[in-house]
Amino acid sequence: MSAPLLVQQARRWSRDDTVRTWAGLAPALAVVGVLFGGAVWSALSRSLGVGAIGTAGPSLAAYRRLFADPEFWPSVALTAHVAVTSTLLSVVLGVGAALLLRRVRVGRQSLTTLFQFNLPIPHVIGAVAILLLLGQSGFVSRLTTSVGWTAAPADFPALLYDPYAVGVIVQYVWKEVPFVGIVALAILRAAGDDLEVAAATLGASAWQRFRFVTLPVLLPGVLSTAIIVFAFAFGTFEVPLLLGASYPAVLPVLVHQRYTDVDLASRPEAMALAVVVTAIVVVVVLVGVALARRAVRRAGA
Amino acid sequence: MSAHGTGTPTPGSTVGSPPAASSLPQTGRRSASPPTPIGRPGPAAAGVEGPGRGSPGHGRPGGPGHGRPGTTVAAAALVALLLLPFLPLVLTSLSRGYFHPQILPETWSLRAWRLVLAPGAGTWVALRDSLMVAAGVTLVSLVVAVPAGRVLGTRAFRGRRVVEVVVLLPVLVPGIAVAIGLHVTFLRLGLAGTLPGVVLVHLVPATPYVVLLSAGVFANADLGLEDQARTLGANRRQVAWSVTRPLVAPGLAVAALFGFLVSWGQYATTLVVGGGRVVTLPILLFASAAGGDTAVTAATALVHALPAVGLLVVTARILGRDVPTLGGAR
Repeated sequence: MSAPLLVQQARRWSRDDTVRTWAGLAPALAVVGVLFGGAVWSALSRSLGVGAIGTAGPSLAAYRRLFADPEFWPSVALTAHVAVTSTLLSVVLGVGAALLLRRVRVGRQSLTTLFQFNLPIPHVIGAVAILLLLGQSGFVSRLTTSVGWTAAPADFPALLYDPYAVGVIVQYVWKEVPFVGIVALAILRAAGDDLEVAAATLGASAWQRFRFVTLPVLLPGVLSTAIIVFAFAFGTFEVPLLLGASYPAVLPVLVHQRYTDVDLASRPEAMALAVVVTAIVVVVVLVGVALARRAVRRAGA
Repeated sequence: MSAHGTGTPTPGSTVGSPPAASSLPQTGRRSASPPTPIGRPGPAAAGVEGPGRGSPGHGRPGGPGHGRPGTTVAAAALVALLLLPFLPLVLTSLSRGYFHPQILPETWSLRAWRLVLAPGAGTWVALRDSLMVAAGVTLVSLVVAVPAGRVLGTRAFRGRRVVEVVVLLPVLVPGIAVAIGLHVTFLRLGLAGTLPGVVLVHLVPATPYVVLLSAGVFANADLGLEDQARTLGANRRQVAWSVTRPLVAPGLAVAALFGFLVSWGQYATTLVVGGGRVVTLPILLFASAAGGDTAVTAATALVHALPAVGLLVVTARILGRDVPTLGGAR
């Protein structure tokens, strides 16, 4: 008689628990669902010509037009170059910075605080700062002139508005190295150094300690961070708008150009582009998250 | 700037570890790294050899007390390099006729600052709009995100991984794509070109940050104290006010500051949804940079940067020890 009662009670509890879980999640999921989901849905339906005046049902015309756009593929290539290069440089330099910072003895905390100074600085400010730093008559150019390497601004390499988007990449790396570094420092601190000490005691070389002890500890967190850095370098609009070449433009800039084109027929193309950009990020994130989870499992095993 | 030199064991990233989908509940476990030793390296340790770049030295690797002087120099150089871009910004804002090849301005001047801070200057309107939007975003994102943060930080449930990815995605999808998707609908609803419309579009990237940061706060808080208080007869309100609030308030304050900062830095979303009628500081700054007086642009940039720098100080104070982990606010 009492056993079924207990079972009933347990069921009620677990049901209450589920209700409480989803009730807590509901407001945030609603905001994300309505605003983000709504934005994606709106772009998708408009890219297919649904809801536009004078169109008969969904069509892929906007996508055909997009893929035939002479700027589209160069833009994809440039954006991929910027995102991949920025991510790789940020991750390698950020991890290097973390390994360096944690071995500092004098003034480590002050240095670490200053190290993350860039993190809360908005991208527009960073872009303006890089403009004043790396432009052909910028600060670095003045330094090279003062030591006699360049005579005039024109002698300084064009790092801004250039086909390789050097200025854009420098801005991203400048902004993201502290991000990767702080994450790596937090991971290293949480892990402690017992394993490395043990490895050193057992005669592991510096490289072996890094490769077989430190790196596996860092990998899952750093991978997750790399996904985030990639997404930002892929999707930031104002930095390439200010520091990048006008043709080809990176995808986010292209989205805005097509959207604000005087030819209203470009709008469905802009929507198609927004959908493509979203799809690329979603695929990269899902693959990245799967990789990171595998790395976590391996590290845990 | 930071509350350093206490020699207390440092928390792992207390809040603001990577908003990584796979490491939500694990963020910021307390670590037991050794206390910072007092004292300087002895003369014997000085100048033996430079640091091998990125490789631990001999002896105990990674122990905070075992760096060599070269390491400090290298780290200081790195930090200086990261701060270097602010130098031309400051110099330009304080100059008049600051051309190549001047390294320091030949003519120092407060002209740009006077223009930027003059009563009636566009800066004040932009500052007001930025503050109002960011305050709205902070408030709304806290209200909707903290309950979700508590669930994600403390509960295991079916569908959790999907929820984590769904919450993370709006941060990662380019803001410009979200903005043009919402803009058309907002035009129809009369929200385009209004402050509430801009608040709504900023919520897309801000809410995930606050959810993930507050999840870290709740994961680290000792919420078992709530049960103890309940057992001792405290009612719901007493528990919430006297037990939960003190446990999570500092962390949630940091989460709120991040919500604020995400909004503070938004450009693409404001440009599209604000449609030129909502002029926040990033919009003003970009317009100035794209074709204005360089000194004024530099001064505007510094005005825009100040609250961000303030955040660093406040976060350090709130966390009260070692390194505040400002997990990448954008």
